[in-house]
Amino acid sequence: MSLIISAIGQGLLWSVIGIGLYLTFRILDFPDMTVEGTFPMGAATAVTAIAHGVNPVLATILAFLVGCVAGLVTGLLYTKAKIPVLLAGILVMTASYSIDLRIMGKPNQSLLGLPTLLSGKFLQSLPPYFDSVFVGFVVITVVTLILIYFLQTDLGQAFIATGDNENMAESLGINTDNMKIMGVSVSNGLIALGGALVAQNNGYSDVNMGIGIIVVALASIIIGEVIFGDLTMNQRLVAVIVGSILYRLVLLLVLQLGFNANDLNLISSILLAIFMGLPAFESRFHLKHVLKRGLKND
Amino acid sequence: MTKTIFQLKDVVKTVNEDTPEELNILDHVDLDIHEGDFITILGSNGAGKSTLFNTIGGNLRPTSGQVIYKDKDITNMSVVKRTSFLSRVFQDPKLGTAPRMTVAENLLLAEKRGGHHHLVPRKLKGEMKRFKNITAKMNNNLDHRLNTATGSLSGGQRQALSFLMATIKKPGILLLDEHTAALDPKTSQNLMDITDETIKEQNLTCLMITHHLEDALKYGNRLLVLHQGKISYDISGEDKKKLTKEELLTFFNDIQ
Repeated sequence: MSLIISAIGQGLLWSVIGIGLYLTFRILDFPDMTVEGTFPMGAATAVTAIAHGVNPVLATILAFLVGCVAGLVTGLLYTKAKIPVLLAGILVMTASYSIDLRIMGKPNQSLLGLPTLLSGKFLQSLPPYFDSVFVGFVVITVVTLILIYFLQTDLGQAFIATGDNENMAESLGINTDNMKIMGVSVSNGLIALGGALVAQNNGYSDVNMGIGIIVVALASIIIGEVIFGDLTMNQRLVAVIVGSILYRLVLLLVLQLGFNANDLNLISSILLAIFMGLPAFESRFHLKHVLKRGLKND
Repeated sequence: MTKTIFQLKDVVKTVNEDTPEELNILDHVDLDIHEGDFITILGSNGAGKSTLFNTIGGNLRPTSGQVIYKDKDITNMSVVKRTSFLSRVFQDPKLGTAPRMTVAENLLLAEKRGGHHHLVPRKLKGEMKRFKNITAKMNNNLDHRLNTATGSLSGGQRQALSFLMATIKKPGILLLDEHTAALDPKTSQNLMDITDETIKEQNLTCLMITHHLEDALKYGNRLLVLHQGKISYDISGEDKKKLTKEELLTFFNDIQ
């Protein structure tokens, strides 16, 4: 039972990352590799700040801001320097490795004995693992509500239109470059925020903790979409959160089956490939049709 | 004589500059557009029609010459800035609407064309009734699909929506780039009728590219023929009304 609670807590904390990637991957409609760099950068920033005596809440907000700046750089490289977005992201991701080492001064930093967002008296009085559930729930609720409000504003609608039909957005007077820069920046801010949360939950930060983040974030988006199908924009954000929790539960299941933690990246990638390929296979082999016929004959 | 609202002054657009393939796709074009003009534009492929529109719209900078709107030089003004007075409907229905946004959301965005997009609530609900009335005029069931994503509309409905979006906030200049060419004859006729009505009703200044000689003759008060980057024929008023299809065909055969 406590394993399941832990998985839900992890899912809630990681859903911030799923929501962050959703802004670029689904709304702006391009893959942003910067996230692999901003996740450990957020972790490094928050952990180092806390180690220097900064209040954990401030340290977490600082991580968000640092992520925004990294995203801003990617956005500028993409829109102003006209570097393809995939490459722009990879450049910032690569550079951030050095920056993380500069921030921490070493490859990893422990939070042992230091205060974190999860170390308050109230949180420690909860049953085991409920601290991450509580913090994750509060943070993701606030983030989602702010995003829902934003997407219903004039600016939010211009942002959505930019990803939906850039040509049209421009012909309606929307500065699409600015929309992309804003989107990449906020997206990476959220990813760094996620990094800060995960590091505080794990009790340490490591320069290598960013590997495979984009796959994890994509998994929560895709699982949500495959399960819930057609949804409105607001429902989609909630679907990402549910997808993130389900993904953690699937990983838990996989570990229970006897695989070890080192296999997780392989398994995550295979899972994601299956989910993303599903629509193509479905139409190619008329899966639905075949399934229906199979059921009838029974 | 009505006021001149838009001018091209000696506009040249050269491609493949300094190579043997150097070509003026717009070759010293002078054009005065008067307020309320509805100009139909004919021309074979490669005559420079699209380049003309892209120069007016700001997608292309002329190699030389001036673009003037209401006595102001806008030659170097960006596409985004020009949208405050200019709107456009493209041939491809996919280009004019955002597929994942609903019909109503598209209309709301279009109404804010050229304005600033602030962090304030969009206030969509209060506009629904008005949008329903506007879309009802299109005679194609669009008014019952206000909450549908435009990606699942038919091509005709999408194009009708694109046209509505281009005119919902009155533009100083409206560019129609073969906007009915991708539609079936009946749908195309319906949209063309609505186009003509709207232009008359709102007294819009409009340029329309078409490949149909009949449409070019039937609609508008002025007709241009582009040929090899030059305006080779410019007829308006009573002369245009008297022009027949045969005369126009003879003219076309002569310039080939």
